[in-house]
Amino acid sequence: MSVALDLDLALFEGLCRLGDSTLVLGHRVSEWCGHAPVLEEDIALANVALDLIGQTQMWLGLAGEAEGKGRDADALAFRRDVWDFRNLLLVERPNGDFGQTLMRQFLFDAWHQPMLKALEASSDPRIAAIAAKAGREVAYHLERSADLVIRLGDGTAESHARMQSALDRLWPYTGEMMMSDDTDRALAEAGIMPAPDSIRPQWDALVAEVLSEATLKAPDQRFMHKGGKQGTHSEHLGHMLATMQWLQRAYPDATW
Amino acid sequence: MSSEWPLWEIFIRGQHGLNHRHVGSLHAPDAEMAVKHARDVYTRRNEGVSIWVVPSNAITASSPSDKGPLFEPSNAKVYRHPTFFDIPDEVGKM
Amino acid sequence: MYAQMVKSEASNDDPHLLAAFQARIDAGEKIEPKEWMPEGYRKTLIRQIGQHAHSEIVGQLPEGNWITRAPTLERKAILLAKVQDEAGHGLYLYCAAETLGISRDEMTEALLSGKMKYSSIFNYPTLTWADMGAVGWLVDGAAIMNQVPLQRTSFGPYARAMVRICKEESFHQRQGYDIMMKMAQGTPAQKAMAQDALNRFWYPSLMMFGPSDKDSVHSAQSMAWKIKMNTNDELRQKFVDQTVPQAEYLGLTIPDPAVKWNEEKGGYDFSEPDWAEFFEVIKGNGPCNAERIEARQKAWDDGAWFRDGLMAHAAKQRAAKVAAE
Repeated sequence: MSVALDLDLALFEGLCRLGDSTLVLGHRVSEWCGHAPVLEEDIALANVALDLIGQTQMWLGLAGEAEGKGRDADALAFRRDVWDFRNLLLVERPNGDFGQTLMRQFLFDAWHQPMLKALEASSDPRIAAIAAKAGREVAYHLERSADLVIRLGDGTAESHARMQSALDRLWPYTGEMMMSDDTDRALAEAGIMPAPDSIRPQWDALVAEVLSEATLKAPDQRFMHKGGKQGTHSEHLGHMLATMQWLQRAYPDATW
Repeated sequence: MSSEWPLWEIFIRGQHGLNHRHVGSLHAPDAEMAVKHARDVYTRRNEGVSIWVVPSNAITASSPSDKGPLFEPSNAKVYRHPTFFDIPDEVGKM
Repeated sequence: MYAQMVKSEASNDDPHLLAAFQARIDAGEKIEPKEWMPEGYRKTLIRQIGQHAHSEIVGQLPEGNWITRAPTLERKAILLAKVQDEAGHGLYLYCAAETLGISRDEMTEALLSGKMKYSSIFNYPTLTWADMGAVGWLVDGAAIMNQVPLQRTSFGPYARAMVRICKEESFHQRQGYDIMMKMAQGTPAQKAMAQDALNRFWYPSLMMFGPSDKDSVHSAQSMAWKIKMNTNDELRQKFVDQTVPQAEYLGLTIPDPAVKWNEEKGGYDFSEPDWAEFFEVIKGNGPCNAERIEARQKAWDDGAWFRDGLMAHAAKQRAAKVAAE
């Protein structure tokens, strides 16, 4: 009985980890709308953000269902405080210059795509269905972000320097994607979600290939930040939530 | 250095079995990126199953009119060619 | 309108050519880019289409201001999709202008230097979420009044761009009105926000059509060329006639006590906006002119390394390909 209860909780946590990461990254990417370096890129980025927001609706919608307390995706997105958020630290990093935004996207996509592929085999058909739909979108995100990282890494001296600096800054936030904790292990044992560390070989291979083509060098640094998945965030997330949740919080009795 | 990305003409096959149709133009540094941009710009509403991109300056156009010297092109620059698809007979109401 | 107060250029072309050109337009033929056209027609169109394109791009900013604060995931997605459409519409229009022999970069530089204008409306701030409703309902509503007839404009690429734009815009005004309905039927605070948004956007929306041009020489030339399809007053009247009942349905009050049905003319009477304010905004003295251009300038400057980096990579690839052959 207690095992079953734990698994319910783990499922809710696992779904929030997925949905919060797409929510936060979608929000970050949407901050570029109207400010990108060229119109074509403005439009392309908005497509990525729209995909991520759509995936958030599905993951958090299912999380609310799994929780069974009557909270829907909006209630979870707009009415939880920072310690309840389960997103990866990587996606809450501020946009920085366009190179940092693209590098963050690539490092995440390189994890997101194999993760969704593995989720298609989930023992929970609802999860498998969401993963299949999201997977088609994310395959394109990865194609795009990998391509841009290669082009800019191997572009001008300035674009190379900016991409290398972006990689150096973001690298310590990549390890968290492939770290497993008890929640992950419980979900993996039940066949509901893959263990994050099982994604490692694919991520390593893909990132190595793209960085090499981009003439960029992964830092030697071994230290990795962690805590986002458990609710310990950087200061940046609080500011994002203050913006994102403000209307819902200021007018709690309103419908929109 | 700032040289502008070249212009590309975009052709989209709306459904299997149909011809590719000219839908518009966009800027991109090369053909591969033009395809990606075309997907993002011109198929936002699932308009296509296949995309062709052609550098605008690779298009050779016929003289615009046989109606006599009056309508000789004042300028043979090839980028001055029609963009966007043909106007449908009835233009949808708002 | 998105292209306000576009001055038409005089033409010094051969009168025979001009007469034949006018005959084609009168016969409803489309003018295509490679065909002969008066220099004045070409220059006026570059100015008009360019201004229209700039308005779409600058127009992303006041609504973009609320993407990160949209109150639900669905509202966020809809607003983002709408602002993305505006980027697309700017892109289509720049391409249409490019067929006339000007580059997008040249037009961008002209926008940033203040040589080319954009619609006055986008120099007003968006202060509350209800403004997203008001912008969609009123600003897009006013734009559509102008854009629907422009689908029949004489210049082929412009007409075709307008067809595509009108098709895509059909949801924009509706989503705005939908927000207004939710707000007007919501809590007292929401209703107050909706009324406040209408109060602030009413006159600026009327200004979008530009001052009366029924006696304007420029306007007459543009109408003869079919690059302007209606007078400013005609469109403004049509807009008011359409909007007043929509406001009534919402239970909101148009902030003009003079608004009254006039049986004789079959339309509403209404007060003129403050044209002195309009001219100040056009001159750069609107509440947000400086921020709008600063934002565009920043995107342009900060993006230079990105655009150059991709060009450099493409050149390297081409060189490598040639070397391999």
